[in-house]
Amino acid sequence: MSLRRRLNGSRRSPLAATIVIAAGLLFSGGGFAVATSVVESNVATAYTADQIAEGKKLFLSNCASCHGLNSEGTKAGPSLIGVGAASVDFQVGSGRMPGQGSGPQLPKKTVQFTEEQIGLMAAYVASLAPGPAIPDDKYLEATGDAAHGGELFRINCAMCHNAVGAGGALTEGKYAPVLKGVSAKHTYEAMITGPQNMPVFNDSNLTPTDKQDIITYLAYMDENESAGGYALASLGPVAEGLFVWIFGLGGIIGITVWLAAKSN
Amino acid sequence: MAGKDLERSKEAEGFEHEFESGLAVISQDKIGDPGLAPHRVRMTDKSPKHAKNAERQVAVLFLLSVVGSFFALWAYVAFPITEDLSTVRANNLWLGLGMTLSLLGIGIGAVHWAKTLMPDFEVSEARHQTRGSEDVRAAAVEIVKLADQESGFSRRKLIRRTMYGALALFPLPALVVFGDLGPVVGDSLRHTMWKKGTRLTKDPTGIPIKASDVTLGSVFHVIPEGLAEMHEHKLEEKAKAAVLLVRLNQEDLKEDESKKGWSYDGIVAYSKICTHVGCPVALYEQHTHHLLCPCHQSTFDVTEHCKVVFGPASRPLPQLPISVDAEGYLIAQSDFLEPVGPSFWER
Repeated sequence: MSLRRRLNGSRRSPLAATIVIAAGLLFSGGGFAVATSVVESNVATAYTADQIAEGKKLFLSNCASCHGLNSEGTKAGPSLIGVGAASVDFQVGSGRMPGQGSGPQLPKKTVQFTEEQIGLMAAYVASLAPGPAIPDDKYLEATGDAAHGGELFRINCAMCHNAVGAGGALTEGKYAPVLKGVSAKHTYEAMITGPQNMPVFNDSNLTPTDKQDIITYLAYMDENESAGGYALASLGPVAEGLFVWIFGLGGIIGITVWLAAKSN
Repeated sequence: MAGKDLERSKEAEGFEHEFESGLAVISQDKIGDPGLAPHRVRMTDKSPKHAKNAERQVAVLFLLSVVGSFFALWAYVAFPITEDLSTVRANNLWLGLGMTLSLLGIGIGAVHWAKTLMPDFEVSEARHQTRGSEDVRAAAVEIVKLADQESGFSRRKLIRRTMYGALALFPLPALVVFGDLGPVVGDSLRHTMWKKGTRLTKDPTGIPIKASDVTLGSVFHVIPEGLAEMHEHKLEEKAKAAVLLVRLNQEDLKEDESKKGWSYDGIVAYSKICTHVGCPVALYEQHTHHLLCPCHQSTFDVTEHCKVVFGPASRPLPQLPISVDAEGYLIAQSDFLEPVGPSFWER
């Protein structure tokens, strides 16, 4: 009896229920806070006043001619108020900005600034108004679910970027770029900011985990060879058809000529 | 030869003369009968050494085929296809090369044999008329006459006419039965899963979408509520009900008076099925508000009820009238008000 009572006692301390409820509240509340801060594109990324001031200097000397002295935008470039640090990191970090000349689409080119300078400009633009922040490293590792990422990619991305990210043409000289070799950070930033004519895929459309799965899928496609043999740049029927026209039909013609030729 | 040619060209001139006013073009330098080229004796016929070589070459080709067959068998075992998809590549490559060698060895060997060692002389075969001789034709007519006489086909009118009737009618049951074999299309081309109050949900998860989730410049790929959980006919329903959801600045939308209530706060929903031949139209450009179809480059302007601005499509994409429910989720006001997708006969 005494053993049983002790057992009972050890099982249910009068404080147990309170502790469990408190822990539950803490976890769910904390988890919710974490989740919402991600969904709301964590506005409060800490930048110091010095960083912002340095960033503004860089902005005034390199960007203001098109985007306006107060980032309000001009005829040559859109307003940067509210585009967030992620936009700056993507556009400048991939070399698309500062743009050289106008055209249907600004191409990727050699990066013009150092990591540090890009960070300072991002700090300045982020200080103007809340916007998408540079993504958390934990969503950039290719450790997600590649199969799920592949399904999401085919539904949301493949129509423009090709089923394996080989890129494709859009209207009037615009195009969806090749995704092979694009860093996970830039892929993530492109999804949350929608650069140039790409639409935005916010966190309620594709959650950060979904985005990580897509990054995982792209990394998988980068690392693994095509199962079907040489992929001819994954361009599909045009490249494959040309190959068959030249080498397939060429081979058949060669054999026909040999069949009909007389032996020496 | 020369005399013959001359005769021929005279003939041609006469021909031309007769039909001078016509359109016929008579070639002045038409190709004459080239005759047979002089017979050239093959090396293998002249020298036993060459013949022996050719024999060895054929044998080597057949042996290569044997090697290819064994290689293909070995490759099939040595490079199995496992759970790892990349193993397909090595399996296909080596198995295929082995089988290619095995078949090409036989084919090339046989042709080489025929070309170098089998008898080599030219044969000309004269063409004959396709028309049978008079005797054969008369015999055939005799057979038909005899059959008619013996069966009484011409004589017995009653039998002949009832037989015609029976032959004309026997395919009828088959026609009726075959007509009912396939699924009855009915009005399934005119309706989709959407109806009043159906929530708009995300493809593929089926999670409902709040109006507040759809930020400016966003694109959502949408399926009707309940589709994600379907098991039967899921793809058929999805192929009709797939929708693209976009939010624009309200001032960018140029809406018809009659369709003003179809959007919600700048959010518009359009059928994703191209009105040309039914490809999924989903290449959305955020700044031009153009929707591009990847198959034939039909381009639709989302700001103006997806009217066609380029390409072979002839009708705008059907718009799904949307609204929000009490909880803030996007819902359909009704089904599409016209059939989605490409034109069909009774549309």
